[in-house]
Amino acid sequence: MSISSSNSFLSRCAHSRSFVVGGTITAFLLLCALVSLFWTPGEVIDIVIKNRFFPPSSAHWLGTDQFGRDILSLLMSGTQNSITVGVVAVSIGLFAGVSLGLLASAQRGWIEEMIMRFSDFSFAFPAILSAIMITAILGPGGVNSIIAIGIYNIPVFARLTRGSANAIWAREYVMAARASGKDKFRITIEHILPNILSILIVQATIQFAIAILAEAALSYLGLGTQPPFPSWGRMLNEAQTLMFLQPMQAVYPGAAIAFAVFGLNLLGDGLRDVLDPRLSRKR
Amino acid sequence: MPLLEVNNLTVSLDISAGPARAVRGLNLSLEKGETLGIVGESGCGKSMTALALMGLLPENGTTSGKILLGGENLPDKSEAEMCQIRGNRIAMIFQEPMTSLNPVHTVGRQIMEPLRLHRGLSKAEAFTQAVRLLDRVGLPNPEERVHAYPHQLSGGQRQRVMIAIALSCSPDILIADEPTTALDVTIQDQILELIQSLVDEEGMALILISHDLGIIAENTQKVAVMYGGTVVESGTTDQIFAHLTHPYTQGLFAAMPKLGTGRNGRLVTIAGTVPDLINLPAGCTFTDRCPLASDICQNTAPAPSDMQDNHLVACHHLAEAIKGQSKGLYK
Repeated sequence: MSISSSNSFLSRCAHSRSFVVGGTITAFLLLCALVSLFWTPGEVIDIVIKNRFFPPSSAHWLGTDQFGRDILSLLMSGTQNSITVGVVAVSIGLFAGVSLGLLASAQRGWIEEMIMRFSDFSFAFPAILSAIMITAILGPGGVNSIIAIGIYNIPVFARLTRGSANAIWAREYVMAARASGKDKFRITIEHILPNILSILIVQATIQFAIAILAEAALSYLGLGTQPPFPSWGRMLNEAQTLMFLQPMQAVYPGAAIAFAVFGLNLLGDGLRDVLDPRLSRKR
Repeated sequence: MPLLEVNNLTVSLDISAGPARAVRGLNLSLEKGETLGIVGESGCGKSMTALALMGLLPENGTTSGKILLGGENLPDKSEAEMCQIRGNRIAMIFQEPMTSLNPVHTVGRQIMEPLRLHRGLSKAEAFTQAVRLLDRVGLPNPEERVHAYPHQLSGGQRQRVMIAIALSCSPDILIADEPTTALDVTIQDQILELIQSLVDEEGMALILISHDLGIIAENTQKVAVMYGGTVVESGTTDQIFAHLTHPYTQGLFAAMPKLGTGRNGRLVTIAGTVPDLINLPAGCTFTDRCPLASDICQNTAPAPSDMQDNHLVACHHLAEAIKGQSKGLYK
């Protein structure tokens, strides 16, 4: 008997249209971020006022902004920022949230009650509000906004993990594992976590998109990435005063944010179809 | 000293409607290498007894009474100590082989786990042992099947894997809770034969839980018939099947479908349903369904009386029950 799970996995990936489109967009964003580390078509940091408001040309594909910086280059470097925020914030949420969720599910009783009520409490505040609160305490800045978004992600993952883990704890193979003498910690690592992994991966891509949006919003409010480092949200902020003079200044970063979020959400949908076909069949 | 001795075991489950007394005043004893059958219909406390022995009752479950394994009282043990006992000294096979294996791990890995946990074997040693165990439970091509995932095996094959896992650490006691109920009849027999031969070879004690009198009669030396959380009749398998005494045991036996009753023959049933475990009757739990019930049954629980050589029957109307053996209490 040959086990062809990797083949069928790849073919399922290829058959999911959202996975292909979302994956391509995400890969394209990663590529932009990577290239901008070494090369951008124009200058991103230096301000050359005499170059300001150039229309699109062969030298500046999308033109220049009010400080004479190349917009395409700013967008490309902004990708780096968004991806860093997404990766770090989701990692914080994933690590802390999943640990708390697994703990709640394994211990039950007052520990579960405490973790879940704390999650409910933090859910009562809208994402952006809690992020503003946290940056207000820690001070504005790129790193602090990442931490704020990461903290916001913790209860999201804690809830999801605890809910899915509780369903796995009720399975017969967990009872069989207990009957073979495994303690709760081993069962959590060997049986619970592998069985909820696909749900967590899907949620992580969705939270990634939300993190990018949240970072853009924080930067727009001046609480996120600080000048001169490029960020899509700050580009929007700077374009705001020029809305009627140079409307395209706001359109480009806005479109970039929408594009990235769209791509990641599609990837999340696609991954769900690929990793857990049972969830999508109902639709 | 018997290997396992259960004294006055009571299990109650705290549910929203009140405490449900799933098992009451249960006494069992099991010698090394002995096979015990527990028989009864759904909801009579068979599975709760098994879970109580393993210390795996649901969170709302509490026990009282003693479960002595080699003289040590299991309910006194900590969770960590119980983890040392489960799978190592008492192992269990479940009813549903289709869902009792973790779908994300290979069967080999799942057999290796208890070996590494309890026996401290290295990965390579455990792997060799896993292949050997698969061969022993009669899975063809064990060298290949050890890498298979549960969905690649049939129900019977999965139950063989479950047996391999249960056997891996050579436990003193194997508890098989309806091990063949989910399998089709041809496979049932093979699995039971396998369990029987492995138990003989290893000198393990077996507790076989079933609702099927045929399976119990063929595979056990002693039987306990349970109804409404108590043992109503117990003794050696030969005693019980030669002298079906308790009205419930007679009913169970009469309710087995028989060949040759003809096209118009009706199946015999015991009228009524199992008692509500929250509002158990004060007297005998079988009162509402018993053809011999009288006033005393309503109010006083019958004590087990010894018919002959430890053949215990808990009934107020023994004389009539014995008379009923030949006439048939159920029509």
